[in-house]
Amino acid sequence: MFYRENGQFKTSYPEDQQIFPIAQDRVFVVLLLLVAFAAVPFFASDYMFRAILIPFVIMAMAALGVNILVGYCGQISLGSGAFMAVGAYGAYNFFARVPDMPLLPALLLGGLCATAFGVLFGLPSLRVRGLYLAVATLAAQFFADWMFLRVKWFTLDTPSGSVSVSNLQVFGLPLDSDVSKYLFCLTLLVVIALLAKNLVRGAIGREWMAIRDMDVAAAVIGIRPMYAKLSAFAVSSFIIGVAGSLWAFIYLGSWEPSAFSVDQSFRLLFMVIIGGMGSIMGGFLGAAFIVILPIFLNQFLPMVAGLAGFEISTTVVSHAELMIFGAMIVWFLIVEPHGLAKLWSIGKQKMRVWPFPY
Amino acid sequence: MAFFLETLLGGLMAGMLYSLVALGFVLIYKASGVFNFAQGAMVLFAALAMARFAEWLPQLTGLTQPVLVNLIAFVLAGGVMFMVAWLIERLVLRRLVNQEGTTLLMATLGIAYFLEGLGQSIFGNDIYKIDIGMPKDPVMAFDHVFPGGLLINQEDLIAALIAALLVALLSVFFQKTSTGRALRAVADDHQAAQSIGIPLNRIWVIVWCVAGVVALVAGMIWGSKLGVQFSLATIALRALPVVILGGLTSVPGAIIGGLIIGVGEKLSEVFLGPYVGGGIEIWFAYVLALLFLLVRPQGLFGEKIIDRV
Amino acid sequence: MSKAIGDVILDVHNISLNFGGVKALSDISFNVREHEIRAIIGPNGAGKSSMLNCINGVYTPQQGNITFRGQTFSHMDSHQVAVMGVARTFQNLALFKGMSVLDNIMTGRNLRMKSNLLWQALRWGPAEREEIEHRLRVEEIIDFLEIQPYRKTPVGQLPYGLQKRVDLGRALALEPQVLLLDEPMAGMNVEEKQDMCRFILDVNDEFGTTVVLIEHDMGVVMDISDRVVVLDYGKKIGDGTPDEVRNNPEVISAYLGTGH
Repeated sequence: MFYRENGQFKTSYPEDQQIFPIAQDRVFVVLLLLVAFAAVPFFASDYMFRAILIPFVIMAMAALGVNILVGYCGQISLGSGAFMAVGAYGAYNFFARVPDMPLLPALLLGGLCATAFGVLFGLPSLRVRGLYLAVATLAAQFFADWMFLRVKWFTLDTPSGSVSVSNLQVFGLPLDSDVSKYLFCLTLLVVIALLAKNLVRGAIGREWMAIRDMDVAAAVIGIRPMYAKLSAFAVSSFIIGVAGSLWAFIYLGSWEPSAFSVDQSFRLLFMVIIGGMGSIMGGFLGAAFIVILPIFLNQFLPMVAGLAGFEISTTVVSHAELMIFGAMIVWFLIVEPHGLAKLWSIGKQKMRVWPFPY
Repeated sequence: MAFFLETLLGGLMAGMLYSLVALGFVLIYKASGVFNFAQGAMVLFAALAMARFAEWLPQLTGLTQPVLVNLIAFVLAGGVMFMVAWLIERLVLRRLVNQEGTTLLMATLGIAYFLEGLGQSIFGNDIYKIDIGMPKDPVMAFDHVFPGGLLINQEDLIAALIAALLVALLSVFFQKTSTGRALRAVADDHQAAQSIGIPLNRIWVIVWCVAGVVALVAGMIWGSKLGVQFSLATIALRALPVVILGGLTSVPGAIIGGLIIGVGEKLSEVFLGPYVGGGIEIWFAYVLALLFLLVRPQGLFGEKIIDRV
Repeated sequence: MSKAIGDVILDVHNISLNFGGVKALSDISFNVREHEIRAIIGPNGAGKSSMLNCINGVYTPQQGNITFRGQTFSHMDSHQVAVMGVARTFQNLALFKGMSVLDNIMTGRNLRMKSNLLWQALRWGPAEREEIEHRLRVEEIIDFLEIQPYRKTPVGQLPYGLQKRVDLGRALALEPQVLLLDEPMAGMNVEEKQDMCRFILDVNDEFGTTVVLIEHDMGVVMDISDRVVVLDYGKKIGDGTPDEVRNNPEVISAYLGTGH
């Protein structure tokens, strides 16, 4: 009842093909953006920014990138951490070595470094797929791990191996408060999400999905698998690289190569699986889930245990976290392979016909 | 020259240990077409079980004779692994019959995380010892050929022998028994095997049990060498390139692949490492596997992958 | 009024194809004339799909070559073949199950979409205009195939007969000069077959598309094709008009068995 499309007729193709064809969706998104940009800065605490909002925004961007590669183009990748690392260290090198390098171009250049790295390590996708491709992307991951640990040039030869940035500003405005950092990342996220959505509903998006669904048939109708796969790697690693540089510059401030280890890659993959592969919104939902779950468990489990009369240590919570992650992955793959995004659209469908059952 | 041989031998034996883990991968893939990312977690789980059982048995029963304690702990841990296998088949695999490979792979990833959390919850997350009486002192051998002799690690040698024995047993199992044949049929095509009456579920339980035992042996040996700790789970990641090199469907491939990777890692670290900053062990195996993927994706001994339209 | 049958447009010379020890095709030669409807028939396993796969570049024959519009190739590259104007449907439908009918057919227009990634990301100006222009063409195909109500449905949810139509639509979206159809009527009932025949004949009539058709239904083959090639166990055993082939004793024995 709330979600009926009755009366919303489209009279032109642009109208039919817009990102949010249903009016209720448009209203919802506008409200969401208003809340995110205008309301949240007033009401959120420092803790919320640092522990939830900023990581969520940056991880949502990274998950978006991973989704393009894994969800839309069907190329499994366990090297996302490496792409983030290349983005971060690339941006760092431009920022620290080039005098007066402004922040935004440095971040974008970091993204381009990640693109080059991604295309290089994406070449195996032209020969293999599935598990074999996963192994190839792991090669990228471990190689990047080593590169930023041992090749001192990347870290400007600091003795400790960790690097840091400070005094960030964009267009003259200093990024020192949590609110300013949050708004900066959010703006970038919205822009990138819009561009990504356009790509995904356009010709290249269809090519990616064709390759994912049946690449032999795709070749026969004139899609060149090489171009489609490498462009997926390129776009995806660019986005992941920018997210990586944001993660390093804005969230961490100072970091070591271990910040981008293979665990990060798995985390991103889980976000995409749980959130929903092949769906832009899925990246958001998955990132929210994975960012919030540990915090939720940290508060919830000790509380429940307290009610039952015994104490739980943080190690128990972290073990529980592992178990819940694992169980959720398996559960989603069995029950709803299209993840939270599918559950969301099922929910919308129910709202469409409420109060009738179908 | 002697140093080169020592490095070579060290590499061969390290490689054997990789092969042990790789064997688990190959078994499950051969029989169910699933790549089991949880193999490392299974190694950890099994090793934890055995270590703790060996610790608790004397406390609970007063038995102190080490061989007996270890044996019972081994059997108990094996039982635990059987249960894990049965549960995995029941709860996960049965519901994902004939899904595509990527889905199954990601499901095993989820299982891996679950097992890691569960294992540490039940058995604790300190570093535990497994003491199966392996001699820890190295031996100087061949001193009539090389002055001073070659330094050989006895523990590694025994581990290599155990691994070789296990491989021989498994090869016989696969090739000569009817269960082995059924396993190979299932690996080829789930639905076809089902349609000729092979009980898919039971076969899968058998395979995962066998893989569990292999994981237990691997866990026992690695645990004895390194101590049982969380990082054991990441050994699976070290063993992945081995199956790529050897071929996912080949048991001898897992061995040869393991040996090549083991030797390659050691030699490259010693002779190439100093030029590029050291520590190249973490990616050497993977880059080697990557190159293989570009040239010969099915590995040295695997079956060629054919796509039909 | 259908266009008159023209010169040879596709010429297959001595194609042999093996898979390991299995000889799928042995020394096959035949030609296809422009604007005609050429049927390939034969018992199951005769190698008909393999032949189409060779023309399409999906398989590479060990021997022989193929001449298309005067150019000879010993190995066809799938992409190149599509660019040259050869489109194809598949026996087992190779539709993109994750996408809607509209998107599936739109992928057929990809060859003609020129705007680069950057414009597509902005979805503005030339990229938007191109999407609209091709959407128009795809809607014409959807009208032609009478599948308008299903345009936004994911193809995996459609019944088999409709999926086959989408497969045809995707091939038509390439605006091909040669259309390779692999058992387009398999699994259809009488009405669906009539519809499909009508579509094929219309495509041949209106656009002059040359059609190479693999089909088992003899009635359809004899009715609509201009010439027929007969394969059996990878060898060619008949080539000519439907009547000639119908009376060929080798063909009769291949289908009915010897001893008649």
